[in-house]
Amino acid sequence: MQKLSDIAIGKEYIVKSIDNDELAQKLLEMGCTPGEKIIVERKAPFNDPIAIVVSGFMLSIRKEDAEQIIVKKL
Amino acid sequence: MNSTKIKVVLAGNPNSGKSTLFNALTGLRQKVGNYPGITVEKKTGSCNLDTNLSAEITDVPGAYSLYPKSIDERVAQLVICNKKDKDYPEVTVVVADATNLRRSIFLITQIIDLKMKVVLALNMVDLSLQQGVIIDVSSLSNRLNIPVVAINARKQEGIENLKKAIIEANSQEMATSFFDVSILFKKIIEGTNELRNSENDYGSFLALCLQDTNVDNKLKDICKKYQFIPSRAQAQETIRRYKKIDAVVDSCCTIVRIKSNRSITKWLDDILIHPIFGYFIFLGVLFLIFQAIFSWSAYPMDLIDSWFTDLSILVAATLPSGVFNDLIVKGVLAGLGGIIIFVPQIAFLFAFIAFLEDTGYMARVGFITDKILRGFGLNGRSIIPLLSGAACAIPAIMSARTIASWKERMITIMVTPLMSCSARLPVYTLIIAMIIPAEQSWGPFNLQGLVMMAFYLLGFLAALGTAFILKFILKAKERSFYIMEMPSYKIPDWKTVIYTIVEKVKVFLFDAGKVIIAISIILWFLSSYAPGNRFEQIETKWAGKENAETHIAAEKLEASYAGMIGKSIEPAIRPLGFDWKIGIALITSFAAREVFVGTMSTIYSVGDNSNIQSIRERLESVQNPDTGKAFFTTAVGISLMLFYAFAMQCMSTLAIVRRETNSWKWPVVQFIYMGALAYISSFIAFQLLS
Repeated sequence: MQKLSDIAIGKEYIVKSIDNDELAQKLLEMGCTPGEKIIVERKAPFNDPIAIVVSGFMLSIRKEDAEQIIVKKL
Repeated sequence: MNSTKIKVVLAGNPNSGKSTLFNALTGLRQKVGNYPGITVEKKTGSCNLDTNLSAEITDVPGAYSLYPKSIDERVAQLVICNKKDKDYPEVTVVVADATNLRRSIFLITQIIDLKMKVVLALNMVDLSLQQGVIIDVSSLSNRLNIPVVAINARKQEGIENLKKAIIEANSQEMATSFFDVSILFKKIIEGTNELRNSENDYGSFLALCLQDTNVDNKLKDICKKYQFIPSRAQAQETIRRYKKIDAVVDSCCTIVRIKSNRSITKWLDDILIHPIFGYFIFLGVLFLIFQAIFSWSAYPMDLIDSWFTDLSILVAATLPSGVFNDLIVKGVLAGLGGIIIFVPQIAFLFAFIAFLEDTGYMARVGFITDKILRGFGLNGRSIIPLLSGAACAIPAIMSARTIASWKERMITIMVTPLMSCSARLPVYTLIIAMIIPAEQSWGPFNLQGLVMMAFYLLGFLAALGTAFILKFILKAKERSFYIMEMPSYKIPDWKTVIYTIVEKVKVFLFDAGKVIIAISIILWFLSSYAPGNRFEQIETKWAGKENAETHIAAEKLEASYAGMIGKSIEPAIRPLGFDWKIGIALITSFAAREVFVGTMSTIYSVGDNSNIQSIRERLESVQNPDTGKAFFTTAVGISLMLFYAFAMQCMSTLAIVRRETNSWKWPVVQFIYMGALAYISSFIAFQLLS
């Protein structure tokens, strides 16, 4: 188990859980549900925000939010 | 035409091609209005479905679900979920991006469960095919039990089929459901159904989840009773719904080859959001935009200016002379000309912004600037309002609606008017020409141009600085997020770009226009009338003398109500280096800043006020009665420019801020702090320089 904010660019992981209710509401409805494949595509300067590919599309998300997304190596 | 009209709502995810479809269905038969009670813009258009049935189509802002997160997204939910709403549709069309089928059909399954008549318009099927995914449209239609139509909104393909499907959906009762939420929350939903006097399980579930938006004590009680936590329930429901969607998507899609469509996007992103070059490219884009606003738009602006001069002369000569003639020419036409002249700049700016948004670049700009802007209490999404503020604060403030966090949206609205808008340009141009010698230059840089640049930069820095202070004053109502889709790059759709320009220009002309014209008429009255018989005395005094007309005009203005106001505020503005004449200009500028130039020319009795050159020469020769030297020193000029850079001299912006924030508190606060900033900085500059 790792935080999304800690994983390397380009490696495949799957979403385990989202630890913040408010964040979960926003991400779940976009299809970022547990079990979905997730890849960190690139990082902005200072590693914040980060661009992730989940459920087939790219999304940008702040580092502090990525810290609350728990992922597992595929 | 003798036909029935049905209400159709067009919903869908952001970037699904919804606006393109809306334009394809309605063409130019669109109008922009407001939803009653809330501040979100409402776009409607009409469309003939067949010979005796037409539709009024409402385009609701893009949303991923019926769980709203920003003011924009709330509209979709309000219109669709409220049977009493006057826009409640007979049929809802949901646009889905075929390349993102799973996410795109989430929204429609929710609407199906509300037992509404729906049609799925599957857009970009060709792209999904290119990516190696074949979608079986008829099997999707069977699984969802609703009409599904493959369309290509850009090429206008499938539009007729979509119209037929709307007619078909309208004629049938909606009985199907997709996901039965009562299996998760049976008891509480039954209780809520009873409370709401409804049999719609999903409607009751949404009412429970969204209760914070319309507080109902009975709903609160029932949640307590069943230990129902809306956010948890919503998450649980979403996950279960997606499981069901996954099954549908799996059965309807065949993957023929796995090929990433992201390769071009990836390649472009390597360049465009490169940690170093990315910022330089963005600066280059900004430079191009400013080039367009300031030099390319000069030609159409000159044209408009000369049309209005001709028109004024024509009207003045045609109408019988008198009060009415004066009112039309100096009140209405002058005000109208002052608004229309900015149309080219606004059109250019929004052409660029619409183009950059449509290609997908704007989401990237947010990506590389969010971290920086966050330090100032702003958000990556603030970049569009701030940029637009360089043309006009009115549409810029409206574009802040997509910012979900209340605090970040408020700060964006509060600081956007500090960006140097195009109305400040004529003021800067005139004063710079007066106080900075044209010959002076450093290498390739002309000093006048540098001063102009410096003032634009100053506006931007003032906006950031104010944002930074507000960050500590305003209390956040919720945690802020920057969750934004970064769509694959695509070639922009020119029609969408053009429609956006037309729409923004319309908003500017009508929203701002009404106020500006009203104020122009008031100002005309204040400067054309005086108490008692002051005017007659002036006329008798100058009768038969040389140059009488220009002297009369100047003295009349001094004697008029406007002149009286100018004189009464003179003691207050003296420390800034201004006299009562500038005082009048400051007051008249309240309608719109650019009125300054016209007012100055009238006050200093320039015979021909149609060109800046002659105004400049006249102003340069004005002497200071105390020193006998030129009145417009560098100190006065800089002080005046600083005043215009910071002061909130724009009625229309105040009106928009009031509308967008739904309270008078914010525009009043804005007026006071911008005024204070202007006064203090002008005071310091004048005292230091003189």
